[in-house]
Amino acid sequence: MIHFFLFAPFQPTPGLAIWSVIIFLLFWFIFGKLAFKPIIEALNTREDDIQNALDEAKRAKEEMSSLKSENEALLQKAREERTAMLNEAKETKNAIIAEARDKAKADANKIMADAKVEIENQKKAALAEVKGQVGAIAIDIAEKVLKKELKGNTEQTDLVNKLVAEINQN
Amino acid sequence: MAITQSIRLVLVMAFMALGTIAFCQDHDHHDHDGHDHGTLQSEDHSGHDHSSHGDNSHSACGGHHGDGDYDPKATAMHHISDANVYTILDAIRIPLPCLVYSKDGGWDFFMSSKLGPGHHDDGHYAYNGYVMHLGNLKRVVEEGFPMQGKVEVGGFSTEYISKEGKEIEQAKVCHNNKPYLLEAKTTLDGGLLGGGITNFYDFSITKNVLSMILVSILLFVILRRAAKSYTTRQGQAPKGIQSLLEPVIVYIRDEVAKPFIGDKKYLKYMPFLLSVFFFILGLNLWGQVPFLGSANVTGNLTVTMVVAIIVFLISNFNGNKHYWQHIFWMPGVPLFVKPLLAIIEIMSLFIKPLTLMLRLAGNITAGHIAILSFVGLIFIFGDSGRSMSGGVIGSILSVALTLFMMSIELIVAFIQAYVFTLLSASYIGAAIEEHEHH
Repeated sequence: MIHFFLFAPFQPTPGLAIWSVIIFLLFWFIFGKLAFKPIIEALNTREDDIQNALDEAKRAKEEMSSLKSENEALLQKAREERTAMLNEAKETKNAIIAEARDKAKADANKIMADAKVEIENQKKAALAEVKGQVGAIAIDIAEKVLKKELKGNTEQTDLVNKLVAEINQN
Repeated sequence: MAITQSIRLVLVMAFMALGTIAFCQDHDHHDHDGHDHGTLQSEDHSGHDHSSHGDNSHSACGGHHGDGDYDPKATAMHHISDANVYTILDAIRIPLPCLVYSKDGGWDFFMSSKLGPGHHDDGHYAYNGYVMHLGNLKRVVEEGFPMQGKVEVGGFSTEYISKEGKEIEQAKVCHNNKPYLLEAKTTLDGGLLGGGITNFYDFSITKNVLSMILVSILLFVILRRAAKSYTTRQGQAPKGIQSLLEPVIVYIRDEVAKPFIGDKKYLKYMPFLLSVFFFILGLNLWGQVPFLGSANVTGNLTVTMVVAIIVFLISNFNGNKHYWQHIFWMPGVPLFVKPLLAIIEIMSLFIKPLTLMLRLAGNITAGHIAILSFVGLIFIFGDSGRSMSGGVIGSILSVALTLFMMSIELIVAFIQAYVFTLLSASYIGAAIEEHEHH
């Protein structure tokens, strides 16, 4: 038989063992039910609550920032649209001006051309009138000259004819 | 700040000194208390070779002797042992109910005050053959002693004798100038630790049992208040006891239960782990409070054995298929290794709770013995009260060393409670762990 030493606190005694079992099991049961379970549940619930609140805050923040960026995008878009509209208006204006200028130019050219034709016509008419009048005057003069000198003088009559032809040619 | 701290330090030192002096009182009755109880002559606690002591026991009875020299071993043993009376400073004796059973005498129930415990918790009376010696119930085994009713007894003697190579304790009680052999209560160590099955069983509410009950009630009041404040103060920040206990509970949950048992199953074992932690911590601290009897509950192997066996049962009853497979037929190793590993695994199955209970009981008992030894320096230096100057030097030394030791023990109280909980969690975790490999 092995024998280590005489040591009372390490001798397992049935009485103390029974009481220890009873007390520890009661401790476990009562404390588990009335103290530890509620505490752990409350702690877990609170931690979940805190986590949820944090998540919520994070989500709200993200939502805010997304809203902000959306707003900015909208603003940017509006700005671009405005610029586009302005450009368009400018182009339209330029086009209108150019068109007007072209039309005016064309009108002016037409008026000028018409005027030129008219002037030419008038000139021609005037020249024809002048020619007629000069011819009449020349005939008058010739009449008068002839009345006085043209007595069988054929050479002179030829000369007059020649002159009249020359005038007509002009 | 520094002033407050130094005042605190002085107060702590004074408190410690007071405690040490109070301990001295415990053993300082040599001169004036001797007439209280006759002591047998054979007051020899030291050696192993005591073959001669058997002869002179008859002549010993009735002799009036003092307590003799201070015996550190016997004193320490007396203080760390369980008792049937709750004694504070050898002055206040709270009687405890005794419930005993013997084959020849049947059941007996009486208060330990009936045995008239006096100095050193030695009783002055015998009741139905039961006496109190050094705080513990003992029963007369020798013929001729009146086994019925209350009788006065003289004194006690304790011998440590060698019998068949074993050192056993042999106590005797004096009645009508005749010594009678006593037997201690039955213990289940089978003689390994000097105990064994004797002629009676002690189911009393002992000092340790009362300590467990008191600590349980105290802890219940504290923890219940904390638990209640979670409902009464819902949605508010923790306050008072609640915020004192909360980090401890959260620590056990996050650093012990969750990593060892797993996020899914830890909740089921949390009440058990917290019960183990607070039960052990409470009792560890209870044993260290000066002037409260210094009950060595968690240093008692019986108590730690009970908790360790409960841990053993919980882990093995919840053990899954993989756990048992790993014990009896380890997968993934060569065939010839499997039986060898099975033997080792089965051994470790029982070694686990064994180390669990020995570690806690050993640590706490060692702490108590260390403190008692340091206090005992006063008597060793003081030559058991004969040298004043030695006593003064011893006191100074003792206060310093005891202060140091008590600080260490305060840490040990927390560490051991934590370690016990941690290992319990790891054993349970190993048993219920889900294996995905193989």
